[in-house]
Amino acid sequence: MVTKVVEKFRTMKTPLLSILKELQKDQGYLTEEVLKEVAKELGLSPARVYGVATFYSLFSVTPKGKYIIRVCESAPCYINGTMNILEMLQDELKVDVGETTLDGLFTLELTSCLGVCGVAPAIMVNEEVYGNLDREKLSHLLSRCRGM
Amino acid sequence: MENNNKVTLKINGIQVTVPAGSTILEAAKIAGINIPTLCHHPDLETSGVCRVCVVEVNKGRPLQAACVYKVAEDMEVETATPVVREARRLNLELILSRHPQDCLSCVRNQKCELQDLAESFHIEEISFPIKGKAYEKDDSNPSVVRDQEKCILCRRCIEACIQLQGVEALGVANRGADSTVGPFFNKPLQDVVCTFCGQCIHACPVGAIYEKDDTARFWEAVAAPNKHVVVQTAPAIRVGLAEEMGMGVGSLATGKMVTALRRLGVDRVFDTDFTADLTIIEEGSELVERVTGGGTLPMITSCSPGWIKFCEHYYPDLLDHLSTCKSPQQMFGALAKTYYAEKSGINPKDIFVVSIMPCTAKKFEATRPEMHDSGHQDVDVVLTTRELGRMLREVGVQFAELPEEEFDKPLGISTGAGAIFGATGGVMEAALRTAYVLVTGQELEEINLYDCRGLTGVKEAVVPVGDLEVKIAIAHGLANARKLMDMVRKGEADYHFIEIMACPGGCIGGGGQPVPTTMASRDKRIAAIYREDERMVLRKSHENEAVKALYDEFLGKPLGEKSHHLLHTKYIPREL
Repeated sequence: MVTKVVEKFRTMKTPLLSILKELQKDQGYLTEEVLKEVAKELGLSPARVYGVATFYSLFSVTPKGKYIIRVCESAPCYINGTMNILEMLQDELKVDVGETTLDGLFTLELTSCLGVCGVAPAIMVNEEVYGNLDREKLSHLLSRCRGM
Repeated sequence: MENNNKVTLKINGIQVTVPAGSTILEAAKIAGINIPTLCHHPDLETSGVCRVCVVEVNKGRPLQAACVYKVAEDMEVETATPVVREARRLNLELILSRHPQDCLSCVRNQKCELQDLAESFHIEEISFPIKGKAYEKDDSNPSVVRDQEKCILCRRCIEACIQLQGVEALGVANRGADSTVGPFFNKPLQDVVCTFCGQCIHACPVGAIYEKDDTARFWEAVAAPNKHVVVQTAPAIRVGLAEEMGMGVGSLATGKMVTALRRLGVDRVFDTDFTADLTIIEEGSELVERVTGGGTLPMITSCSPGWIKFCEHYYPDLLDHLSTCKSPQQMFGALAKTYYAEKSGINPKDIFVVSIMPCTAKKFEATRPEMHDSGHQDVDVVLTTRELGRMLREVGVQFAELPEEEFDKPLGISTGAGAIFGATGGVMEAALRTAYVLVTGQELEEINLYDCRGLTGVKEAVVPVGDLEVKIAIAHGLANARKLMDMVRKGEADYHFIEIMACPGGCIGGGGQPVPTTMASRDKRIAAIYREDERMVLRKSHENEAVKALYDEFLGKPLGEKSHHLLHTKYIPREL
């Protein structure tokens, strides 16, 4: 798996980011074993590969939920009720920012501006953006994720 | 006028002409102006992260880090304006606000670059809230302790590990205020590829990395009535200890070192130089056997435990090239608890072997499971030059005033060949002095083999020994070792014999030597080692009468069965 991905990008001048991005798709985060193997394949030290993987916020070295909920903490969303949204999510999911629910379904994170200030407050669930959120919409969204 | 090689600029109004490509820091030094630094290190390329050395360049522009900013023609630099002083102070206070304020109980108290800066900046108050970071200490391994709480993120340890040693066990993880310096997944050093060489200790400006302190075990043994405490001193200690005790870099103090150890209450002061001579006899014989008997060549030295661990991790396929000889430290331990025990009629279980080593990796080596050939752990405790210095200061030994005494016999008798083991190229030179006799039956006329000496990263020479043109190579610093090992792996190294020492300059620059250790101090200590060689009456290992007696009374012959059991070892392939 790692070898295949490394081969795909090897000819790039700086292949590491592309390789890590591709590999993260598999489990949603980068494991020790994967990073070690990448280091070996590229002839880099494991410490350096780990440094890159922890520098960028879109990479993770700890397990993440199936759904990553990123709550926008920029000013327009904040004014329109980010904190309410965040509190609702914390109550509902029983996790703090940066944590993952015990069932492995949700990870709660903060994000800077999503570029949809017109529909503040906004959140992102995986690749999808949702705006004009209130308790009802949020509840509906979580239920859908839970397959209910 | 600008020519190709020189640049003229003004620093604080003083006109100075410096080589093109110089940094402002280097140019200022030439102009006699000192700029404070923290993340800069004279032997390393660093990245200007601490911002303590900021200066004004062509007034009105943003401040620049003098340690990385390059000079240009007609540049005007100001190093002490109010703007500069204020910025430096602010940066220093920010660093101090994230650093513990417990200097009194720090291993680097009074030897700390951050403390020095705080003193010279006359910091009376830190304008920011002081925040701890609550990291756990990593003292998982026998050699090196990392205390991240004290880390100021200067990255010098990382650069030393990369540039000097080619290992990169440490890196920066996370980002911004959350940045940390540490190994892969912040694991203990024990669980990653680390050679325990301790060069990161010399790179660290503060007390974030240091040797594991084993002095308590020494005191305990000395105080125990039934323990017979036997000390061995590595070749590099006689040039490191005097420096540690304030006698200046490159001071040689063999006799005072012996006296000092006796004053600490040990029973016998012996010398690793004795087993260095013995190593030459065993290793020289092994080389001759490999050359004449079609054994694996090139043969590579095995005295340096940091190098051995490096080879086990990175070149497990080439372990057959390593000499099977144990290091002189371990040969000593094995003999102290067999030969010496027999000779002195002391039960080996009552003998406590202390090594004074310039090396943090020696602490690890002594705990290797292979090193129990006497039936006990052969070396009980390993102390660095710094730890010995600490003990002497604690009990008030006035080192500089001490009389000079002689080592105890017989394990304290040695030659100049044993002494030069402490410098890069020394093992090679010592081996050639003896191999020449083993092969030709005649003594070398010129025993100073200058091709072996000096701080060039990789040295090569061809030495005629009888009919054979012996091809040799020498590397010090593991980044240099890597160059030779890659050639060996590709089959491009047609040498007979390679000497590798893990630390730049050899053992005199080991991770246990006085702080600071720089290329400049390594150079002076090497000069002292060769002075020691010159002053010895005997300078060839095969002339050591005590070694001859050891073979006659105990070992039999070189590479014999007893030698094989006590003086030789095996290596373990390790993972990357």
